[in-house]
Amino acid sequence: MSAESLLSVRDLRVGFVTEGGRLQAVDGVSFELTPGEVLAIVGESGSGKSVTAQTLIGLTRSPNARIEGSVRLRGSELIEADDEALRKVRGAQIGMVFQDPMTSFNPVYRIGAQITEAIRAHRPQTSKSQGRERAIELLDSVGIPNAAQRIDDYPHEFSGGMRQRAMIAMALALEPDLLIADEPTTALDVTVQAQILALLARLNRERNLATILITHDLGVVAEVADRVLVMYGGRVVERGTLDEIFYDPQHPYTWGLLGSLTRMDRDRPERLPQISGAPPSLLDLPQGCSFRPRCPHEFGRCSQLPGLEARLADAPSHLDRCWLEPEEKRQRRLVEGEIGLEAPAP
Amino acid sequence: MNAGAAPLLEVTDLVKHFPVKRGLLIDRTVDQIRAVDGVSFSVAPGETLGLVGESGSGKSTLGRAVLQLVKPTSGSVRFEGREIAGLSRRTMRPLRRDMQMVFQDPYASLNPRKRIGQIVGEPLRLQGVAKGGELRRQVQGLLERVGLAPEHYDRFPHEFSGGQRQRIGIARAIALRPKLIVADEPVSALDVSIRAQIVNLLADLQQELGLTYVFVAHDIGIVRHVSDRIAVMHEGKIVEEGPADRVCEQPRHAYTKQLLAAVPIPDPREARARRQTVGSG
Repeated sequence: MSAESLLSVRDLRVGFVTEGGRLQAVDGVSFELTPGEVLAIVGESGSGKSVTAQTLIGLTRSPNARIEGSVRLRGSELIEADDEALRKVRGAQIGMVFQDPMTSFNPVYRIGAQITEAIRAHRPQTSKSQGRERAIELLDSVGIPNAAQRIDDYPHEFSGGMRQRAMIAMALALEPDLLIADEPTTALDVTVQAQILALLARLNRERNLATILITHDLGVVAEVADRVLVMYGGRVVERGTLDEIFYDPQHPYTWGLLGSLTRMDRDRPERLPQISGAPPSLLDLPQGCSFRPRCPHEFGRCSQLPGLEARLADAPSHLDRCWLEPEEKRQRRLVEGEIGLEAPAP
Repeated sequence: MNAGAAPLLEVTDLVKHFPVKRGLLIDRTVDQIRAVDGVSFSVAPGETLGLVGESGSGKSTLGRAVLQLVKPTSGSVRFEGREIAGLSRRTMRPLRRDMQMVFQDPYASLNPRKRIGQIVGEPLRLQGVAKGGELRRQVQGLLERVGLAPEHYDRFPHEFSGGQRQRIGIARAIALRPKLIVADEPVSALDVSIRAQIVNLLADLQQELGLTYVFVAHDIGIVRHVSDRIAVMHEGKIVEEGPADRVCEQPRHAYTKQLLAAVPIPDPREARARRQTVGSG
């Protein structure tokens, strides 16, 4: 597996010193990514999903941050790489797309000039006209109509969906092997979201582009991901293939997320199944399992943190952090015949 | 819901245009943005009407124009049979008791310098409903009603999570026992696990207080869950309106179909099946 691994993340830990005290934003995240694979990292605010993604490319480096563990891209270590080496990796080997494309483009430069500059910064031998041609080609490949004219537009002249396409074009300018997309469709309308997801799927297929997709939306995950990490309170609580997570979820938090979705293809329930309480503060994490205070299935052993382990004999790569026995889980996660989290006892 | 009863709210041919101005010294109006472009609908007492649409569809402007928070360009808004479009602020004030708004962003809609008790108690104080110890008692009752604790009375907004702040916004909205609440994207800024809590709270309050809702949102899944009827907005107009399940299961207008087809299916097998029938890329 590691022979063909594109990215290998081992026991990644990111701590910050804040006014409120020390907090562990990411606490021991590990995963492998093979070429062409789409990994979704799912979680709510404070789950550590975005900090994980940003740390992979060195964006969380600061005097207040303590970063431990290992991130290897094609075998070379990024955590210890100096800033200059990391800058070469960003863009050239890893492209990045953020939630809000308006903040990622400089508003006073034309779109094309910004893409051309990104290319020339990494490949100084490229002439301006070559860079411009390449930028037109890229904008065209992500579905911008009249790319040759639109290249001279300013970012504000593009719609939200077009800006996100242009952002993806810029991320792909140097033909990276890996794209990190942090909530790439959250700010977009659903009809535009569908187009961007289709674009990401096409790039993934045509270019064998591996993708790490950060999202809170399980609908988006179901549309594009191959594998899923579910994060909660800075830790991975479950990891598996797309089908394992949706059809045989092992962690009660995952049950709760799946159960609270509104499904257009089903009859609507009387009440929307809910998870009680709120995500924990990273400054004040509960002892043991962080989901314990919100979990109706909590029992004595939960005050000790369960390891992220394979607990199913027939699915060695499906890992979770819950002490319940698998058979017990399969019974408890059914709420009126559907996967969900039962309401806590009154 | 009682469909036969006289409507609580009746909107007819409502129009809101915003002028587009150009010019350095003298503003010239060069164009109009037709945010709401001739919209009619009615809502029965105790009913929930979902207004769904994408950004720029005019749904938020419509919600605000109904409450006279923006002044409509033309058209009629009748509340309990009485025309309220174009009423002065002063004439509107007593009517404000009956119609309230819940906003999207619970971070921006609460004054950060005021204590929770002041924020929730303000409508009661302004309308002269209660003061002193009685005011405090009523506000604490409201806080409990929305799932907060009476002790939260003296705290500030920044001490609360997004979901709790939305509960505070809801407590403020129900303080005067209104008849109508316009909720503008009330859950879209919240974490997934919190959305269901707020949706269920709004449903409980509707039952208990007999509230009528106009629920404005872009997420048709949530809108379908909460609404009796849905009106789909596109480019300032209602393109389709009908019972919630009918609109979602047998959409008639091309735009509604397009909107529904774009909603991701949170089920990998069905998502794969749909991709194969629709074709990909």
